Amino acid sequence: MTEANTTAARGSGGDPPPPSENLLYGPQPNVAQAAGYTDVPPRMGFFTDTSVCIGCKACEVACKEWNSVPEDGLEFTGMSYDNTQGLGADTWRHVAFIEQRKPLGGQEPGVGHEGFDVFEAARSLGTSPASPGPGATAPSPQAAPAGAPAGEISPVSPDGRTELRWLMASDVCKHCTHAACLDVCPTGALFRTEFGTVVVQEDVCNGCGYCVPACPYGVIDQRKEDGRVWKCTLCYDRLGVGMEPACAKACPTDSIQFGPLEELRERAAARVAQLHAAGVTDARLYGESPEDGVGGDGAFFLLLDEPEVYGLPPDPQVTTRDLPAMWKHAAMAAVSLAALGVASFVRRPR
Amino acid sequence: MSGSDVTREGVQGARPGRDAPTGARAGRRRRRRGRGEQPMVPDAQFSSYYGKPVLNKPTWKPLDIAGYLYLGGLAGAASLLAAGAHATGRPDLARVAKLGAAGAITVSLGALVHDLGRPARFVNMLRVFKPTSPMNMGSWLLSGYAPLTMAAAAADVAGRYRLVGAGATAGAAVLGPAVATYTAVLLSDTAVPSWHEGYRELPFVFAGSGASAAAGLALASVPAAQAGPARRMAVLGAALEMGLFQLMKRRMGMLAEPFERGRPHTLLRAAEVLTAGGAALAALSGRRRERGLAVAAGVALMSGSAALRFGVFHAGVDSAEDPKYTVVPQRERLEARAG
Repeated sequence: MTEANTTAARGSGGDPPPPSENLLYGPQPNVAQAAGYTDVPPRMGFFTDTSVCIGCKACEVACKEWNSVPEDGLEFTGMSYDNTQGLGADTWRHVAFIEQRKPLGGQEPGVGHEGFDVFEAARSLGTSPASPGPGATAPSPQAAPAGAPAGEISPVSPDGRTELRWLMASDVCKHCTHAACLDVCPTGALFRTEFGTVVVQEDVCNGCGYCVPACPYGVIDQRKEDGRVWKCTLCYDRLGVGMEPACAKACPTDSIQFGPLEELRERAAARVAQLHAAGVTDARLYGESPEDGVGGDGAFFLLLDEPEVYGLPPDPQVTTRDLPAMWKHAAMAAVSLAALGVASFVRRPR
Repeated sequence: MSGSDVTREGVQGARPGRDAPTGARAGRRRRRRGRGEQPMVPDAQFSSYYGKPVLNKPTWKPLDIAGYLYLGGLAGAASLLAAGAHATGRPDLARVAKLGAAGAITVSLGALVHDLGRPARFVNMLRVFKPTSPMNMGSWLLSGYAPLTMAAAAADVAGRYRLVGAGATAGAAVLGPAVATYTAVLLSDTAVPSWHEGYRELPFVFAGSGASAAAGLALASVPAAQAGPARRMAVLGAALEMGLFQLMKRRMGMLAEPFERGRPHTLLRAAEVLTAGGAALAALSGRRRERGLAVAAGVALMSGSAALRFGVFHAGVDSAEDPKYTVVPQRERLEARAG
């Protein structure tokens, strides 16, 4: 998504869908208007396609640079290439790194290259159908490599080693349609922007910390030395002038895509279909559906395994969905306590 | 060499048990702390990201927030005792209950402000009126309730402004039950599994716990002749607290586990013994009229109520720190929905 497109999307947009009555949960086609805005730009978000993430962490760096996010601990975890570990007050983008004993679709495991002379192969470039000429791109993933079992990839190589795959995924605040952090914030420091994103006003936040356990994804957290809570703003300052967020700008593989949510959803559906056709049956979208427990995420993902493998909750629910029932139970309990008080003073008949 | 290499001859230099597990194996993380009950069913298999929690755990300080849960409950129920004693002509009971409510809520306000990351901005709590935020509603509630308890206590001690004092006592009694029970919503309205899942019973547990604490305060400091209502409140409150807590745990299934392990288990077991024992002593002190018996009952009831609040608080934090309690119930929910 280029900056020119962003501006265009803000300018045009067409008729926005009317907001639904769902204030606490369920689909909400116009989240900004439901929050009280009139004349809203399209809802903006992220589509993070983890199938092309290379784990470079440029997003983490760009985010820290642009937003002046302090250092989040120079730790060496020893668990993987991931030393960032998770989202928090000082980590607004986090690249997860997972090593699995499982091949990726389209891979050709266990092929030895000892008897292969690359110079000889280079001399014969373009002279045989098996050797495409210069400028040719890699064969499409649909074409199974010669000698590979038809339709599938052997899980174990000839020498008995199990093949590995690396999953990398850049996690971020989901900017939920029904954001629990925003719902429970007692000061109004957390608010919904005209772009449908969720942002903390740092001059209002008094550090009560209620949003921290309310978030079903473990995103927002308190900065100890500062007392207030911090999280991704989807670069609200950049959006305001028609620029894309720093992480998306810095992503070298377009794993992080920024744009109007509707457009991203279409693009994501096409990408999943493409991956399925290429034999990557693991590919699935996460947080994309407006029918899910938070009414859909403003930042959603294409994953290659179950969400919990990446440290994401498999079926998050906005806690305030149950709030009316909670108030009802608390009211009944209060009445019971009052009745208990009265009963304590009533003399037993003699 | 610090790590292992995968070579054509297999894995070289691997040290068993040093591989960071992901996927299904990562979920079998077990922490054996304290003398928790042995689980009757094997641990559920689930995947996680290196066993790291999905949620960010609450940043609340246990002494401030669990302490507030306790003192708020004590104050709310004490306001009921105060109004009852005021109306039925039990001046000693009324004075203790009024002073107790005012004192407990004053300390509570201090604890709440102290827990803020930016204490100087505490007044921002009243910037908005927001029913979706239990903490905001609680702030409004306390800003009405606290001055009433103070006015009631001040009028009682001064022995003047009787009409104002009576009005404040009545007002505090109206708001008191809400102060004692809304704190359950405060905990339940989070993604913390063992707090959220108990939202039906937790307000009743807190109501009972507040009643037994207030009754305990009265028993420990009021002559037996006026403490009859406190004795009844102690028994009723303890029964409500313990009965509903058992019901809650039974209904929560796997999410009741954090209540049965480690530090929360110790605290909640102590709460059970102290509350049940305190209620029994309270009933006995009605017959035997011994001062020492009533004081023992009061101290047991108050510490039992405090232990319950700290136990519930820590159990919730534990449930947020273990990805199992986030992932497994959500997985089960997805599977149930799928068919």
